[in-house]
Amino acid sequence: MRLLNASGCLDALTAPEVARQLDGFVTKTITPLPREGNAPPRIAETAHGMLNAIGLANPGRERFLAETLPRLHELKLPLWISVGGFCAADYAETCAALAGVEAIELNLSCPNVDEAADSAAEIVAACRRATTLPLYAKLSAAHPDLGEVARAVAAAGADGLSLINTLRGMALHPRTLEPVLARGQGGLSGPSLKPVALAAVHTCYAATKLPVVGMGGVVTGQDVVELVACGARDVALGTVLFSDPDAPSRVRAEIASVDLDEVFGTAHEASEVLA
Amino acid sequence: MPRRERRSVAGVEAVGAYTLLRLDRGGLDPGVPGQFFMLEAPGRLLPRALSLCLAPAGELAFLLEAVGPGTEALCALQPGERIHVFGPLGNGFRLDVERPLLVGGGIGMAPLSYLAGRIGRPPVVLGFRSDRHAEAAALLPEAEVVVDPVLVTELIEPDFDVLACGPEPMLRAVAERCPGAQLAWEAAMACGYGACYGCAFEIDGELKRLCVEGPVLAAA
Repeated sequence: MRLLNASGCLDALTAPEVARQLDGFVTKTITPLPREGNAPPRIAETAHGMLNAIGLANPGRERFLAETLPRLHELKLPLWISVGGFCAADYAETCAALAGVEAIELNLSCPNVDEAADSAAEIVAACRRATTLPLYAKLSAAHPDLGEVARAVAAAGADGLSLINTLRGMALHPRTLEPVLARGQGGLSGPSLKPVALAAVHTCYAATKLPVVGMGGVVTGQDVVELVACGARDVALGTVLFSDPDAPSRVRAEIASVDLDEVFGTAHEASEVLA
Repeated sequence: MPRRERRSVAGVEAVGAYTLLRLDRGGLDPGVPGQFFMLEAPGRLLPRALSLCLAPAGELAFLLEAVGPGTEALCALQPGERIHVFGPLGNGFRLDVERPLLVGGGIGMAPLSYLAGRIGRPPVVLGFRSDRHAEAAALLPEAEVVVDPVLVTELIEPDFDVLACGPEPMLRAVAERCPGAQLAWEAAMACGYGACYGCAFEIDGELKRLCVEGPVLAAA
């Protein structure tokens, strides 16, 4: 089991000491053109989670490749590059420009920007033609038939799945009843998401047997164990990094005595029954 | 490198309409005035960003206004309770100024007590929205104090090096009068260390992370 960060929940360049606790660093999503992101306020705390509407703020492909990526390589950490776009060609062109990284995660599920017109499978197929690097498709649990989407991206050539992204949500000011976020709606993350993540990982692993990076509401080592028991090969930490930059080391200590291969066997048996 | 430690509450005191939360310092560095700490708010998912108000021996003290569930939980802490504290974070005030004048508005006076102690008790002007809020000026006995509808910006004389913290309209007014001022801004933050991109703030015409670039910024 590799412990990663969820894309958009850590900047390894401003916090290398946090990134070094991980088995790999996943970048914020890179789009072809620079994006300033959404107007503030961009975050809101909810009862058991938080909303964000950052809006894929990033320097764009060219500046990322010329300036950010070389600095990330200096950290000597396995790098996962999160790739985004607004059509299949956007994704594929970025994939074609990448080399010497551990994997590419295709962000097919950001709730804070307009969705690409092409289907998840079309985007994966275009990227498959553009690169031989491992491709992980990051899906949203909001699909009504998530297993079907997982099968489609597997057939299109995905090497793995990242599950789950945030789910669209909204928070209002208690007095004014206006949305807290300037964009109105945002992506819900944090502990509220864990049951959704467990179900999504369980469904998609049973449907595809692809390696899954499980994420969504992980706070403790027990959460990691449960995701692995549902079929996750690797696990990512997201919102917990905001309140606890030492979370990777803490979580690792909490699972030190657990045989995760044995736990994963549980998932395998369950998926045989489901399939 | 900022540290994150679980620290005990040494005291919780009412100061006018505000609350002074005193924590035992442990191995935490008080940092430069204007830097901030992320304080665990019991029962809440996210910590709260607070600038240091006072650094008495062995303690770190924060001035709070209960404005929501996080600050309410912090104000309700009892001596002996423990919370995680992470910091110091961000960039504080530059202290190498010739004729300092500290300007504070409301809860924005928080970092000025620590700042005044570090630069030899300079002149201070504070503005508050009510007499009860103005009682907090007791933390800065040398301060000249005005209460709404008088604006603190009316007390700023020319030729001073202004170091200011307060609500956004006050800081914008200070920036207009004193382009050389150093201003401590505020934005909602989830992490305080550049991870969440929540505290987007317009700097030099671009949205940047206030926790990394600030919170103290040059007015112009």
